[in-house]
Amino acid sequence: MNAIELKNVTFTYSKHIPGAVPALNDVSIEVESGGITGLIGHTGSGKSTLVQMLNGLLKPDSGTVLLDGIDIWAEPKKIREVRFKAGLVMQYPEYQLFAETVAEDIAFGPKNMGLDGDELDKRVREAARFSGLTEDLLEKSPFDLSGGQKRRVALAGVIAMNPKILILDEPAAGLDPAGRRDILGGIKRFSRESGTTVLIVSHSMEDMAMYCDDVIVMANAKILMHRPTAEVFSRAEELTAVGLDVPLITRTAAALRQYGVDIGLDVYTVDYAAEKILEQL
Amino acid sequence: MNPIIKAENLTFSYPGDEESKPVRALSGVSFEIPEGSFTAVLGHNGSGKSTLAKLLCMVNLPDSGRLWVAGREITSPDATEADILAARRDVGMVFQNPDNQIVATIVEEDVAFGCENLGLPPAEIRKRVDEALAAVGMTEYARKQAYNLSGGQKQRVAIAGTIAMNRRCIIFDESTAMLDPMGRREVMEIIRRLNREQGVTVLLITHHMNEAAMADRILVMNQGKIILDGTPSKVFGSPDAMWKAGLDVPQTTELAYKLRRAGIDVPLDLFDPDDCAKAVAAAVQRKMAKSGRGGKS
Repeated sequence: MNAIELKNVTFTYSKHIPGAVPALNDVSIEVESGGITGLIGHTGSGKSTLVQMLNGLLKPDSGTVLLDGIDIWAEPKKIREVRFKAGLVMQYPEYQLFAETVAEDIAFGPKNMGLDGDELDKRVREAARFSGLTEDLLEKSPFDLSGGQKRRVALAGVIAMNPKILILDEPAAGLDPAGRRDILGGIKRFSRESGTTVLIVSHSMEDMAMYCDDVIVMANAKILMHRPTAEVFSRAEELTAVGLDVPLITRTAAALRQYGVDIGLDVYTVDYAAEKILEQL
Repeated sequence: MNPIIKAENLTFSYPGDEESKPVRALSGVSFEIPEGSFTAVLGHNGSGKSTLAKLLCMVNLPDSGRLWVAGREITSPDATEADILAARRDVGMVFQNPDNQIVATIVEEDVAFGCENLGLPPAEIRKRVDEALAAVGMTEYARKQAYNLSGGQKQRVAIAGTIAMNRRCIIFDESTAMLDPMGRREVMEIIRRLNREQGVTVLLITHHMNEAAMADRILVMNQGKIILDGTPSKVFGSPDAMWKAGLDVPQTTELAYKLRRAGIDVPLDLFDPDDCAKAVAAAVQRKMAKSGRGGKS
């Protein structure tokens, strides 16, 4: 079954203003459950609007949003449940930490869902582990942690709610290379072990190439393509035309072909490129 | 060339309170930045990059060590407030978040903000604003609403605001981190042009190795110290040291590194995909020709 399905969704901000342009224009997507999907697009392409559709923060003007095959607006009064189902980690979530200890901060979401006692404790510890936080950090103040650690506390807070779908807006923005690997690696591990469907929004083509199974490309309020990662990045010209890019290694592979060493255009990680080049010998 | 910035043994700690000890952010940093140069600063989060930037802009003063900006020693006991103010006018900074540094509603008013604070005559402000907007390619947006711009355009407006103040040195503190690929390309292009065509000294703090590869020189910071200092070729030429410092190298360098370990001789310091591909193709073809000959004999 599709974890996420949008059918002909259209949405316009400030509809009352004449000449308002839709932020989502007849958008349809299907995302299978259990994988990691990337969402890329230029600034203003509609990514954030789409993300807010998925957990019911915005309601489509027309069209349907389905999570696990269920129309989330079928019973508008139950939209709170949808928000527990689709966990959203916003940009720079470390600014939203507030509790006195890391453990309390992580526990805030699941507590609001009605969990307590051992079950709550178990959720907190598990979420901390997936996010790469060690036990000794749990009783510290979140404000004494480094930026990367704070980001992981915020992530753990959403993971602890056990969402069916985890949506992350620029989870690695502003982190150094090691921090990026830690957080994105943790998300991948979490998705693989728990079977949670993950949707990552990012401007980093390199990160998307490394961690996503498939990629949705948005441009001007529409879906330009939704294909497996290798195929998306082999279409460099279409991506550059809408203000995006391909990883440096993909460009290198394209140039290699011109110099007579053809390793294909669907190259998007350095390991794969090196392997393909060595196969030529 | 005269150094626009000279630092000798700078140290800085963030003060602690009853519960926590002071945190040492810089411990003995020395370097010179020649006027007109383009230097990238790399380092993992918490390595001291932004603390250094704040000292160079004189937002904070060092605990010890000496710092000269544009020929004035601002750490000298004789330095007056006027000296520090004058030095501050020479060094500008562009921050990470485009939405945190636009102060006016109309683009040209935002660009004029700094000049107005300098108390320049209106005709001079008009001239500088027009020139600055032209320099970042935003002339046609002069009278547009600033909030409607894309992230890359907002960063260009922020850059125009600092150019209009005739800065001799501009520090970019992860100014492309929040931009989409197109925005990043636009801003990097402007930074390179400012440096090449107008001789503005550029200090680029970044986590993007591809951007750092465009600089003349890279400083790598770790635990409040400079651990590597050299051209991109030299710095990225030792990938192991970079990985150990929690950093990365451009993907072209990583590819070359992996191929070298498999016995294919390609240089580590080709950062342009085309240059790298040319060298790899040549090396692969050399190797094939060699083994082809080997087969015949």
